[in-house]
Amino acid sequence: MFKRLTEAGVAVAITVDGERVAARVGDTVAAAMIAAGIDHCRTTPVSGAPRAPYCLMGVCFECLVTVDGVGSRQGCLVPVSEGMAVETQTGKREAGR
Amino acid sequence: MTRASDLASSYDLVVIGGGPAGLAAAALAARAGLSTVLFDENPGVGGQIYRAIAFSPVKDRTILGEDYWAGAELASEAKSSGALIVNGATVWSLDPTRLVGVSIDGQARLIRASRVIIATGALERPFPIPGWTLPGVMSAGGAQTALKAQGLVPSGRTVMAGGGPLLWLLAAQILRAGGKLDAILETTPRANWLRAFAHLPDFVLSPYFSKGLKLLREVRAKVRVIRVDRLEAVGDDKLCEVVYVAAGGERRMPADLLLLHQGVVPNVNLAIAAGVTHAWNERQLCFEPLLDADFASSVPGIAVAGDGAGIAGGTAAAERGRIAAIAAVRALRPEASMPDTQAIRQKLQREEMGRAFLDWLNRPADSFRRPKGDTIVCRCEEVTARQVRDTANMGCEGPNQMKAFLRCGMGPCQGRLCGLTVTELIAGQCGTTPGDVGYYRLRPPVKPITLAELASLPIAEAERKSVER
Repeated sequence: MFKRLTEAGVAVAITVDGERVAARVGDTVAAAMIAAGIDHCRTTPVSGAPRAPYCLMGVCFECLVTVDGVGSRQGCLVPVSEGMAVETQTGKREAGR
Repeated sequence: MTRASDLASSYDLVVIGGGPAGLAAAALAARAGLSTVLFDENPGVGGQIYRAIAFSPVKDRTILGEDYWAGAELASEAKSSGALIVNGATVWSLDPTRLVGVSIDGQARLIRASRVIIATGALERPFPIPGWTLPGVMSAGGAQTALKAQGLVPSGRTVMAGGGPLLWLLAAQILRAGGKLDAILETTPRANWLRAFAHLPDFVLSPYFSKGLKLLREVRAKVRVIRVDRLEAVGDDKLCEVVYVAAGGERRMPADLLLLHQGVVPNVNLAIAAGVTHAWNERQLCFEPLLDADFASSVPGIAVAGDGAGIAGGTAAAERGRIAAIAAVRALRPEASMPDTQAIRQKLQREEMGRAFLDWLNRPADSFRRPKGDTIVCRCEEVTARQVRDTANMGCEGPNQMKAFLRCGMGPCQGRLCGLTVTELIAGQCGTTPGDVGYYRLRPPVKPITLAELASLPIAEAERKSVER
């Protein structure tokens, strides 16, 4: 869906659902997922429909993901960092996360 | 990196939002000697128009254009002004006494402000078409953010749809970056010219005229533009085709990415939650705060500058920020020397000149603002247009009652993506105006925060004792 204009930039390794994703310094979690071709980041609590980042500016809340164990973070507002573990979310938020 | 614990307990001026209005306001106020802090929730300053201005990987300046790079000066002005600029800072509360609730990296603080300038800018108008929640459908602003901040360019079969200046600007930027567009589906009605025409002379004199024409020519030379009356995104788990109705009937176009845009509207959540009075703007089809000539709101000490004060664009936003900041300085440090306000107002007036024409010309069609049938209106709670219309027909006359019936506007986005649609649908069903229907009642926290963040607020000994037995 998207490609990087330049392959330059400092690499940052994160994982999404345990799979290694090559991110760059300056990526947000949502941008890194889009660049990696991951087509959805969560399923909805109401019907279980898949959703992907929509606005990338912090207003739509479609890019909610679990980051390092903390659920429902806005992926478009969280910058990536080395070793970050991102998980896609399924349905409702789980208790304790 | 500024931490929550580094913040003072009070400031002369708290600016919320680091776009052109916020940056210009903070710079001017700090230079005049006000203790000033600017909170912005994004990783860098610039807002949306100058997104990632300090670290964009797009080095070829022709791609984003000189109007984008003009933001660098605003950012460096603010940085060197002495204002404390804090990114990654989410303001989740502002009350009429100007107590600001802010969270930085999971730690919350309540900050007292003598003056507040809300510069939370704009967001894209909801574009509720069938299938707009499918992965593969994104707002044009989202794609532009990914281009500016991460150098991401659409690949694969890409269709843009809608109308308004941003749509054409993004199309040009994608093309300059080497991307391809399969088509632009234009949704603004041709009949808009009737009302726009009277404002053409002002537009011709405004800075937008020659820029706009050049942009249209640049894009039309390379991309097929089709005027459409109906639009649908189709796919099971993700977008696979765009269906549209044009003059020749229904057509289907395979697509991997559909970028939607039909203008921008003020981001009203924080201002409404702070108690600022808003009114319906029939030309721009949105709610905007009622403000005086200095952008002061109905709440003493709280001003709203930038596109949050009514859509006028990035350059106007900076001038509005300066005017609001001058008023704050005059109130708190009347002895400080100030730039010539008259000159700033004249520049602002020039920037706002072409607006009426652009607004009327790009006014989205009723059918793209007031959806029907099973089209989702509230993305968070998956509430459809039919549900909202049926509930209004049952006698539900306001958006707040609608929440109780359907939960629309009660998901994490807090109505940002459905508020205007719900208000307009109710107005349509009840035969009244959006202004009479009103908007969702918004309350803090205007962004979701965790209990752990609330628990991180410092507690005074007296407060602790008052609840201890």
